[in-house]
Amino acid sequence: MKKHTLDARNSLCPMPVIKTQNKIAELNAGDLLEVTCTDPGALNDIPAWCRINGHLVKEMYENDDEVVVVIEVNS
Amino acid sequence: MPTPPAPEQKKAVALISGGLDSLLAARLMIDQGIHVEGINFYTGFCVEGHTHAIRKKDKAKPKRNNALWSAEQLGIKLHIIDIIEEYKDVLINPKHGYGANMNPCLDCKIFMVGKAKQWMDENNFDFIITGEVMGQRPMSQRKDLLPVVVRESGADDRLLRPLCAQNLAATLPEREGWVNRDQLKAFSGRNRKPQMALAAEFGFEDYATPAGGCCFLTDKNYSDKLVDLWQARNKKDYELDDIMLLKVGRHLRPQPHYKLIVSREDGENKFLKGYKKQFSTIEIKSHNGPLTLVDGEPSDDDLKFASRIAARFSQGRDAESVTVKVTRKNGEEKTFDILPMPPSEIQKEWYI
Repeated sequence: MKKHTLDARNSLCPMPVIKTQNKIAELNAGDLLEVTCTDPGALNDIPAWCRINGHLVKEMYENDDEVVVVIEVNS
Repeated sequence: MPTPPAPEQKKAVALISGGLDSLLAARLMIDQGIHVEGINFYTGFCVEGHTHAIRKKDKAKPKRNNALWSAEQLGIKLHIIDIIEEYKDVLINPKHGYGANMNPCLDCKIFMVGKAKQWMDENNFDFIITGEVMGQRPMSQRKDLLPVVVRESGADDRLLRPLCAQNLAATLPEREGWVNRDQLKAFSGRNRKPQMALAAEFGFEDYATPAGGCCFLTDKNYSDKLVDLWQARNKKDYELDDIMLLKVGRHLRPQPHYKLIVSREDGENKFLKGYKKQFSTIEIKSHNGPLTLVDGEPSDDDLKFASRIAARFSQGRDAESVTVKVTRKNGEEKTFDILPMPPSEIQKEWYI
């Protein structure tokens, strides 16, 4: 299991989701991906994309003007 | 006698815009036992709640991506594909021209169906479905233009439009019996009641506003800003940041060689801060006020003039003196006091 990070700041929906989707395509099952965004909509959209595609959102939090979503890549 | 193998489940890729029609079209196929996966193309011009959500006043509205919402309602996968670069040619050189504004709807539909055809081939799917309704939209869904999409996209008879299929010649999925044509629909025209009734039948609630525009290019104000951008740069081209910024703030062009993007409130201020290294900026230091980006190559005098305009939109608008900090793209900073421009001096034609 490896931990990866993705900077999706200053991009608006759906770019954070597209960046997450494309990054996860490169990762292995069980890997963790921490995505940092500035679009608060990511709090809804990244989890929705994860639910559709079977990935697990392990953690979500807001930090000043940023939103962080931690995802476990599915098998 | 051995049982014959079950027929292979056919697979359709559905163009999911996030609107009601594509939701219904996909659901009709799922109900016929078709394996459906969604595809959603992001051009950079898509209208999404989040763009509006930059503005603080809109933050009470639910923020969701309607295409993702649709996919979740349908229980299907959704593939969101960034076509920003490829789409430039569609917008800049539309073979079939523009609609009422800068919307190249017919070329756009041909392009998207063509991309879906490519995806279908690469992923071994059998056909494409769209939520098109004959006669619903003036440019891309006219009866005489639907065959143009079929032909020029290369999808040919693997393009099925479940909501209006009974008005059209049978496609391959219908002729081969992959889908039952009798269970497809014959919707036509701009009346949305049949779609709303079907949505109620399926139990869909809270779907995106029917017939709501999904593209900024159909919006006159947005189109005007895009044309202004091209005229000012003397070329039809753009980057993603350009078209994002057209959605944010007040845009004023006091001179042909520079433009101001003045934030309207806190949410836009925060968003524009992300662009501080790419533009000259004006910040109001003595009062609460907007962050202003200056696009172009302004002189020092231009920046002083622009600062007076920016101060007009600050809480110091009626003050005799407002302190501003101007930062050039190269990082050079200057702080000075100015008199905010009175409203009577701000020319109407500066507003884009």
